[in-house]
Amino acid sequence: MSDYYFRTRQMTVGYDGVPLIKDIAIDIEKGEIVTLIGPNGSGKSTILKSITRQLKLLGGRVFIASEELQRLSYKDLSTRMAVVLTERMKPELMTCRDIVATGRYPYTGRLGILSREDEEKVEAAMTAVHALELRNRDFNAISDGQRQRVLLARAICQEPEIIILDEPTSFLDIRHKLQLLSILRDMAKRRGITVIMSLHEIDLAQKISDRIICVKGDHIARSGAPEAVFDEAAIRELYGIDQGYFDPVFGSIELSRPEGEPKALVLSACGTGIPVFRRLQKQGVPFAAAILYENDVDYRLARLLAVETVTEKPFMPIGDAAFERALALMDRCERIIDAGVAIGETNRRMKALIEAARRKDGYERG
Amino acid sequence: MKQDASNATAQSAFFSEGFKRRSRYQLVFILLVFALMAITVLNVNTGSVAIPVGEIFQILLRRATDSTQYSIIWKIRLPRILMAALLGGGLSLSGFLLQTFFGNPIAGPFVLGISSGAKMVVALTMIYFLKFFGQVSSWALIVAAFAGSLLAVSFILLLSRRLKHMAVLLVAGIMIGYICSAVTDFMVTFAEDSDIVNLHGWSLGSFSGMSWDSVAIAAVVVGLMAVLTFLMAKPIGAYQLGEAYAQSMGVNIRAFRVALIVISSVLSATVTAFAGPISFVGIAVPHLIKRALNTSKPLIVIPAVFLGGAVFCMGCDLIARTVFAPTELNISTVTSVFGAPVVIVMMLRRQRGR
Repeated sequence: MSDYYFRTRQMTVGYDGVPLIKDIAIDIEKGEIVTLIGPNGSGKSTILKSITRQLKLLGGRVFIASEELQRLSYKDLSTRMAVVLTERMKPELMTCRDIVATGRYPYTGRLGILSREDEEKVEAAMTAVHALELRNRDFNAISDGQRQRVLLARAICQEPEIIILDEPTSFLDIRHKLQLLSILRDMAKRRGITVIMSLHEIDLAQKISDRIICVKGDHIARSGAPEAVFDEAAIRELYGIDQGYFDPVFGSIELSRPEGEPKALVLSACGTGIPVFRRLQKQGVPFAAAILYENDVDYRLARLLAVETVTEKPFMPIGDAAFERALALMDRCERIIDAGVAIGETNRRMKALIEAARRKDGYERG
Repeated sequence: MKQDASNATAQSAFFSEGFKRRSRYQLVFILLVFALMAITVLNVNTGSVAIPVGEIFQILLRRATDSTQYSIIWKIRLPRILMAALLGGGLSLSGFLLQTFFGNPIAGPFVLGISSGAKMVVALTMIYFLKFFGQVSSWALIVAAFAGSLLAVSFILLLSRRLKHMAVLLVAGIMIGYICSAVTDFMVTFAEDSDIVNLHGWSLGSFSGMSWDSVAIAAVVVGLMAVLTFLMAKPIGAYQLGEAYAQSMGVNIRAFRVALIVISSVLSATVTAFAGPISFVGIAVPHLIKRALNTSKPLIVIPAVFLGGAVFCMGCDLIARTVFAPTELNISTVTSVFGAPVVIVMMLRRQRGR
């Protein structure tokens, strides 16, 4: 158990002495990226505030390396742990460089005067987050994405072993989200800095994290590697999703499907169906899809959006059963949409199916 | 600032900006010191009896204790000037600390009712001591003012737990100030007595009638607090980013907050004990100084704020005693005329900044 860099044992967290989440056991190895996910108000921030000692632990113990968090002085803790917080600060007349330089606090003398070495570390940290050109700008006058990077540089130049970030991507557009996360990734892998953060974007959480912790109100619902944690049912249950779907493979989300008797049948293959599926879904038309191989990308979406999907096993010739089902669906649907199907060795019978469709009134090209 | 380092660091672009900033700091400090000296000389020189600048040094050096001019300079003008400088500096620092504490540039000992709280307890003490002992010591007044300051501060802190909105808190502070002033006026009115007549003048704020004893006491207290404040420059800088960040940098928040409140209360209490409540200095001076330096770095700002406060109050005192001579204005009348517009401009700028 001493292999783990950061551990909690029976940790209980909450506000004003009222326990919110009990018995939290987290084990993190050095250089891992760990992400807390869960609905709003589920206690992600409470956990983060407790392990940064902004909130008093209500029970249990937290260890960093082999030392107990509660026994460390604030000063000792500051050389191991740095934070990037959600609260927006409005410092007066401070340049970005001034902000980053505050990260050197634990290392400077009584009056906090920066040495040459400190200055160089500030510069290096700003370079690492691609923010060097911001150094003389007023911190209040830069964009949210730039601000997060500057705050991250501040944390980096504190030279911590562990960085805690509370929803670092909240105000960022997609470009800056990706930029920030790749900096974190780089930092964790190259410098062995452990990262613990909370994220709203479960898709990003899945892609960046080595370990996921699902926080649900009063308990930790699940934790472990993203592959283990991310399945449809678990995410649905964690966030209480009742409209729409979550696809754990790509981490994508879908709105719920139009239910009812299928009014349209979509014939597609290899991705040609996806725009058609989406269009029908937006129009609220219940539809069926045919005949899709179970490894086709159209199948991944049809599975979620179509009320009925006719499938065939990968790499096999289309069998009678599937063919008959597709024909039957064709009779039931008012519209038959041919999204374009590439015909090859195994799916030769699609050609016959499309020809049959052409003779119908409801035939259209999608 | 490190002058010797400036050449060596100027090479890289990253550091040349630092050089530019340091030059600005130096310029501001030189100007402040120059203004301080000019105003001191002007202050000694001007008054109902004008004493030519050239003679001032001669008079002081000769130490002709029997001459009237010597008496005017040594017994009246010099202690008054020094007091204005010390108390002005202390008041500005007190404002700066309170602004740091509340994270709001409009906080200050006067606005938050701290000066008025001190005034109330000092008035009470004065009346009591004069009635039963016929005299009152400076130390007793300082202690009384400190008690009054703490009373007002603890009330504000109590309210600040419930009132998260800063504007409401400031209004509460102003109300506390009015209540304390009302109580003071009430006591002064009914304690009307030949000994207490000057109480009225004091309760409106004035630097007049300072003795060297008072100057010595104020110098010790204000000097000590100013040094302590300067030594706290590092955690104050961290605290400017917010409590949580400061803690993550290793600041013991609880101890720090207590120190901040105690130091700012002692400073504003000392000012009130000797000169009565003085308005707007605590807000206007730190703001002007930060603008001039274009930074809020405490290490630079703290000494500059002290100097600036000294210059500001000496200037205001000069105006208070000369403009309508022989009638003297209350010091607050003058500081308000110059300080209040600064505060208004500051608020307008902040609005635009949003």
